[in-house]
Parts: sequence; structure tokens; C-alpha cells
Amino acid sequence: MSWARLAAGCLLALIATDAALASGALQQSFLQPMGPVAQEQATHLMRVVGITMIVILPVLVGVPLILWRYRYAKPRGAYAPEWEFSGKLEYALWGVPVLIVIVLASWLWYSTHKLDPYEPLGPDPLQVQAIGLDWKWVFIYPAEGIATVDELVVPVGRPVELTLTTDTVMQSLLIAPLTGQIYAMPGMTTKLNFAATRTGEAEGENTQFNGDGFGRQKFTLRAVEPGDFAAWIARGDSGLTLDEATYATLRRRTVLADARGDLGLEKSAEPIVMTLGQQDMFGQIVAKYHGGEAERWGGTGLPQTGMTGAAE
Amino acid sequence: MSGQTSPIVGNLDWNVTPFTDVLQHPGTSTIIGAFAASVLVLGAIAAVALFTRMRWWGPLYRNWLTSPDAKRIGIMYIALALIMMARGIIEGFVMRAHQASALGTLSAQEGGLVAPDHFAQLFSTHGTIMIFFVAMPLLIGLINFVLPQQLGARDMAFPVLNQVSLGLTAAGAALVMISLLVGDFGTGGWTMYPPYTGKIFSPGEGVDYWLWAILISGMGSTLTGMNFAVTIFKQRAPGMHLMRMPLFCWTSLCVAIMLIYAMPALTVSSAMLALDRYAGFHFFTNEAGGNMMNYANIFWMFGHPEVYILILPAFGVFSEISSTFSGKRLYGYTSLVIASMSIAVISFTVWLHHFFTMGQSAGVNIAFGIATMVIGVPTGVKIYDWMATLWRGRVRITAPIVYLTGFFLLFVIGGLSGIILANPSIDYQVHNSTFLVAHFHNVIIPGVLFGMLAGIHYWFPKAFGFRLSETWGRRTAFLFVAGFIFTFMPLYALGLMGMPRRSPTFQNPDFLPWMYIAALGGVLMLCALASLIWTFWTSYRHRAALAVPGGDPWNGSTLEWSTPAPVPEWTFPCIPQVSARHDWGERKRAGDPWHGPTEYTDIEMPANTAHGLLIAVAAFLLGFAMVWHIWWLAILGVLAIPGLMLLRAMRVIEPRIIPAAQVAEADSRFRQLVASLPAATRADEETQRNRGVPDISEFAG
Repeated sequence: MSWARLAAGCLLALIATDAALASGALQQSFLQPMGPVAQEQATHLMRVVGITMIVILPVLVGVPLILWRYRYAKPRGAYAPEWEFSGKLEYALWGVPVLIVIVLASWLWYSTHKLDPYEPLGPDPLQVQAIGLDWKWVFIYPAEGIATVDELVVPVGRPVELTLTTDTVMQSLLIAPLTGQIYAMPGMTTKLNFAATRTGEAEGENTQFNGDGFGRQKFTLRAVEPGDFAAWIARGDSGLTLDEATYATLRRRTVLADARGDLGLEKSAEPIVMTLGQQDMFGQIVAKYHGGEAERWGGTGLPQTGMTGAAE
Repeated sequence: MSGQTSPIVGNLDWNVTPFTDVLQHPGTSTIIGAFAASVLVLGAIAAVALFTRMRWWGPLYRNWLTSPDAKRIGIMYIALALIMMARGIIEGFVMRAHQASALGTLSAQEGGLVAPDHFAQLFSTHGTIMIFFVAMPLLIGLINFVLPQQLGARDMAFPVLNQVSLGLTAAGAALVMISLLVGDFGTGGWTMYPPYTGKIFSPGEGVDYWLWAILISGMGSTLTGMNFAVTIFKQRAPGMHLMRMPLFCWTSLCVAIMLIYAMPALTVSSAMLALDRYAGFHFFTNEAGGNMMNYANIFWMFGHPEVYILILPAFGVFSEISSTFSGKRLYGYTSLVIASMSIAVISFTVWLHHFFTMGQSAGVNIAFGIATMVIGVPTGVKIYDWMATLWRGRVRITAPIVYLTGFFLLFVIGGLSGIILANPSIDYQVHNSTFLVAHFHNVIIPGVLFGMLAGIHYWFPKAFGFRLSETWGRRTAFLFVAGFIFTFMPLYALGLMGMPRRSPTFQNPDFLPWMYIAALGGVLMLCALASLIWTFWTSYRHRAALAVPGGDPWNGSTLEWSTPAPVPEWTFPCIPQVSARHDWGERKRAGDPWHGPTEYTDIEMPANTAHGLLIAVAAFLLGFAMVWHIWWLAILGVLAIPGLMLLRAMRVIEPRIIPAAQVAEADSRFRQLVASLPAATRADEETQRNRGVPDISEFAG
């Protein structure tokens, strides 16, 4: 089994190396983990591949051998045309897969519990709220009074609890080097708990198709030293405040670059950092879909198309 | 689309075709759209011209469109599937070509071959077509053709219902096809998750095309399931106990049961989405208490069994060909029966693994994750059973065996990635990524497609009287294997690197080399398609040399090989009395399997009728009218269907009687022919000496 795991490891390492020789691109794979969740996910992947190889390798090796040995043109082995049953073989055929599945299922149980995204990774996690909009993400740091578009900055070493919703269709937020994805749905909240153990930049993305700008709904996660995080909070903003009007503009169906145009900023893919206008806006946006004030915060209907986007 | 709905033409106007699009916004994307529409139009014109010139309309109507014969219905299903497959493969290639040219930046407009909206339509139609209008008609067609022959029955239990099922499937396929020319298709993928596909976020006709194609063809599939089940339970030849049925019949029974229980869930989820879209309901909307999670839940209650509906008939085919082409009995018949039935049952308990990431508790995910792994056990057993069947055999490397080999070597990799995805903790990472895309193509192409193509190659002589060219058959199989490897192995790597599925653009230049390899795979897939078409054409041209009138070209052991090729419409001159599991094989062992029956009786066959055809037309018009809000036509369509049923119910319908004398004459001609043909050994199988009469002394399995 060890060499099977070795082979599987090599295969995955090949892919990981390819990704690691990154030409300046952001880290985007859980095979180069930046935190304990992705680390464990990568390890579990290797484990599953290794164990499953026990039942797969016999097929990969056996089929060519059988075809070679028993080919009609030049057969080597005996011919047993009426052989159709063997009790011992039956035990092996059913028994081995059952044993493998028992082992795999135990590991599945263990790792699924261990990596439950709803479980905080430690005391006092940094609270961040994420709102999926059409083709961008708004991140709110309620305690810090700051909000961003398409940038998530977290301090290394402190657990993070991300609470998600959307103000449009269903989306799915993935920051592969740190943690797996979870769906975000309007009027509902879901959670992702993770932590960064080293500094670095990773790409986060929406993985649930939601229209034309889907391919550009990416954001940057920056894991920084705690001191740098405090400095980032203190430095802060682009002069914008995330209030109802700004939010309504952001809610339009635009990618980040076009949204910046709509807000009068320079058109680029740079994230926007804003001061937070209202503490409980996340709650109000969720409540819009449950008898809250549905007209506020840009309403609940089809968002407008962006001005700049329309001009193109 | 204009703002007002016209009472006459609904939302239709002159701006709905890709031709107007290309005039308004010229570019590669609209040119490709217009080109596809042109191919459809020119193809239709060419077909009409050909049929008129060859005077085929009459025979087409009399012998095919109005025939209730399950064998002909099966062939029509397969023809439909192959036409749709051509479109699906080309769409796949366009998507690969697009992504190979889609490296972009976050600040610049998406580039590449096609626009993002066009790309989204491509993946939505590709998925819809490949699942519902390629895989499903292929397997339903193959079962229709083979099942009654293997059971020793003349036809399905409900031949006219069978026609209706085919008609409804074809009507659904026609709706997807016409969406190339008239209007847009939906962009929500083949699953069409709301709220994105609700009226607010997808106001146009696109999702409606999908809904009506699914509602109509889904009804056809449900009816098919009932037909198969009743046929297996009621129409078996005397002596054909359940445990004597060939494995293909067993997997057909599994499919029948699963169709009956799974398809209604799809009909329900689609009908609910239709009510949301047409009648202002709020099942899945964002507000007013709607909840999109219910859609995912109901859809996958269908969606997961569907996967096994697709794969089980292929497993049936692999059971047949592994035994026949290794000249051996099938190893572990009982094991295979138990495994097939286990798969059919367990497949209803795993649907939640399609949305591990929806936010439910770890405990729920664990339960469904483990159920998913459990289904790997019977699947694994089956693979080992087929290996044991080949072991100590004398394996002829025919085209079906090449497909089987490709299946063995590639399907287990798909199984591995399935086990990986069954782990919720890993699924959180690779769900919605191209890893998932690679996984399901890895089970569907080497599993379903290879199985069906192997089955077509295997039973083709029974349908048309001549074999397919082995050389070209093998070339096609190798091309499909290579095409699959090059197209989808890179997607595994891309998925692990974090590439989401359905993405019209990407920003990571490291993805590019993998994209190029996948695009090369797309080219190979096109070559495989061309090679498949060429296989049919070249075999047709050499049909005299490839003819196997003896009807048993592979020295088989099941009942269908006892009849002439092509098989007559009545299949058996008199219903066989079955006395063993491999009855035809046993008769070969006993010597002189071809002795005729002592007496012949009149045969009652269901009379030809245009019933299915008319229902198909009405269903198509209903669907098209609903898509475009042409209410008067929709009302006509909806009234026409019960009207046609009522009309048929009111009439006295006499079966067609084939006189005993005619059967006796045809049958004795066949017996004389067999006696006069030289017996071919297995070494001669691929040569012109194979006239369909095998050397029975060689039969040992």
C-alpha cells in the first residue's frame, strides 16, 4: 500500500508543483495550503487516494495482463469456458471492497466532523460578513467598522469566522488555499471557519455560475501579520462610506472594475476599502427577504445593469 | 423580443434568430451562433431534399414513423441519440476551443472565441443534450431493440405507448434543436438551479426551452420505464425464469424500476419551476417564502438515480460482450444480479452528495457520504466479475472489447475520483470545480458512451444484417479513448488548481497549458465522431461482404442470436420454450440448434398507427407555444393530446395478422440458408467467411 500512496502522492505533487511554479498568479489551490483546514483537506485527499488504490491497481494492472495472456490470437494460459463461480473468489470480491469502504467511511466520519465549517477553530474568531453580489463580494468587518469589495484581509494566527449571504442568486464562496466552499443564499446565512497559519495572498472566488461576470468574480485574500492587519484597519479607506446609496450602486450587475467606474473611482481591478456606514447592515440585507424593508439596500428584484458596463 | 406579447405569435418577432444577432453585433461569438443555425437549416433542407429525391417519405412513414415494433422504435431512438450526440460533441469542442483562448484579466472584458452568455448557453445545451437526448435515448433505444429479443418476446408489453414515449422524447429533442434557430437557450447549466433560472433573473425564453424539453421528454421516459417493467414481468417466454434472464435484461429491469421512481421527481421540480415562471408562484424565488434549496433537493432525488439509470444498461452490455468475446460463461451471474439490484436501490439514498456544501450539518453529510461509498462496493464487484469472465478465456480483441478495455482502465479512475468526491471534507474543495466535470465525464464517457457504442457494434448485425467494420470500429474506439484522456485528464488537474466549472474566463496563466491539452482532446473527440460516422458509412458500402444472414456472427449464447439477421418483425417464428440460462448456448451444445418448429401459427402483430407521431407533434407544438407564450396554440396542443387518446380509445383496433404460411415460408428459407452457409470459426470472425453461422463445435461457454 505504501508504494500505491507514493504513486498517488507523486501524481498530486506533479499537479501541485505545476501550480507552485506560479508565474506571479495568486495561489488558488488547496494543495498549497495556507491554513489548517486546507492542510487537512489535502492530507485527507492523499489518504483516500492511497487507500482506494488497493482496489484500483488490480484492475489497472490485471486487465492488460489478462488481455495479453488470454488473447485469442496467441493464448498462453488454460481455457476454462464453463468456469462461472468460485466461493472463495466471491468472498474476496465482496469482502475486500467492503473492508476498504469500512476504512474509508471511518476516515470520512472523522474528517467531516473535524472539518465542519460551522465549528470555530479557536476562541474569539475574527468576525467577517460576506455578501455575494452579482459578480463581486462585499466583506464587512462589523467590529472594525470597515468594509471592502473583493478583498479579504485576515491576520495570521487568529481564527476567522465568515458569515455569508447573498443579495442576488445563490453563490458559493471558495478560498481554496485556506478552506473549502459553502453556498451563500439570499435571506439565509451560512458559515465558514478557517485560520491562516502563514502570510501570503490567495485567490478567492465564487464557484456557482451566476451570469456573464461569473468568470471575473474573484477576490484577493491577504493573510498578514497581526501588526499589519491593525495597520490596514487603521489606514483604511478610499474616502467612501458603505451606506445605502453606495450599496445600491454596488448591487448592480457589474464586475469590480465596472463598479469602481460607477462609484467614480479609477477603473481597475483594485479592491475598494470603505468605512462602514451602518453596523447592522448585514442583518438588514438578510431580513429584506423575510418581511424586512424589502425596498431598502437596493431592493430585492433584478439588480440594474451597471452604467459603465452598459456603456461598453 | 418585443415588449408586448402578440395574440398571434406570442413573443416571437424577427429579432430572435442568430442571423439578426450577427448583423447587429458581428463577432466570432455571433458568427458561430449563426453558423450553427445555418448548419441546422441546411441540414434540414438537405435531408428533405434527399428523402424527396430518393422517394423515402413513404417508406419512412409506413415502416418507421408509424411502426409500433420495439426493434424499429429502438433503432429510431438510437438514430435520434446519434444526431444529438453530433451536436453535443461539437458544442463540447467549441467550449474547449473557447477556454483555450479565454485567458483574461480581472479589469478587461472577457475575451475568447465566444461571449460569456453564448458560452453559458453552450454548457447548458451540451449538458442537457448529452444527458437527456443522447445517453437516455441511446440506452432506451438499445433496451427496446434487445430486451424483447432476449426475453423471447415479440414486442414490448405496450407497443403503441412505446411509440408515444419515443415521440415525446423526440419532441423534447426538437425543442432543444429549434432553440439554435429561434431565440436563446437557458444559461443555468443542465441542472437549471433557481433563483438564477427564475423569472426575475432569467426573464427570457431560455429556461422555458429547457423546462418544456424536460417536462415532455421526462414524461416519455417515465412511460418507457413502465413499459420495460411490465414487459419483463409479463412477456418473458415460457421457461424464462427471472434467474435465467441474460444480465442485460436484469440491468434493464433495474433501469425500468429506477425510471418509474426517479423521473417523477424531475417532473415535479420542473413543474414547480414552471409554475414559478409562468404563474407567479414562489416555490424557489428569493422572496415570499420561496426556497431554492428545495429545488436542489428534489432535482437530485431524480438526478442521482439518473446517473445509475445511465450506467446500468452499459453494465448489462459489458456483461454480454465480456462473455461472448472471451468464449466463456459469465462469471458470477448471481453476484452480478445482486450487485445490479443493490446499485439500483442504494442509488436512491445518496442524492445529497450533490450539495454537501449547502450548509447542512456534518452528521447529515457523513450519512450521505458513507451511503455514496457503499455504492462503490457492488460497482467494484461487477468490475472484478467481468475481469474474472475474461480470465482463462480466449479473448477476441473486437471493437466492443476495445471499448470494454477502455472502460476498465478509465472507469476505475472515475470511480476513484467519485470516492474522493464522496468525502464531504474534500468535496468542499473540489465541488463546482472542473475536477467534478472531469469526474462525471470520466464515468459517463468510458461507462455509458463506451457501453452503448459497444452494444451498438455488437447488435448492429442483428438490426441490419451486416457487421460493422471491425477495423474502423476499433479505430473509433481508440479515438474515443484518446479523446477522453486528453480532454478530461487536464480538467482533473485544473480542478485541483482551483478552476471553477462553467467559467467563461480565467486569469491564471498556469491553467493555459492544460487548456491546450484539453482542446487537443476536443479535436480528437471530433475525429472520433467523424470516425464513428465513417464506420457506419464504410460498413454500409461493404454490406455485401459484411453480411451475416445466419444471424449469429459472434457465436453467442442468448436467444437473440437464434434468429436471422436482419431479424424479421415477428422476431421468433414461434415463441421459444426456454430451458436454461443461456438457452441458445445450450441448444448449441445439444447439437443442431437451428432445427425449426414443428408447426407454425398465425402471428398477431400490433397494427401500424400514427398515434405516437401525432402526439409527438402536439407535444412539440405545446412546448414551443408555451416557450413563446403563443397561448392559442398552447391550448390547441394541450387539448389535442387527450383528444388523440380519446379518438384512439373509441376505435376498434384490429391487430395485424401474419399468416402462418408466410412465417413458415420465411422460416424455412432461413433454415435452408443456414444449412447452406459454411460455418465460420472464431478465427474467421472478422473475415468475409463469417456469414453469421458459427462453428458450433467451438462453442464451449
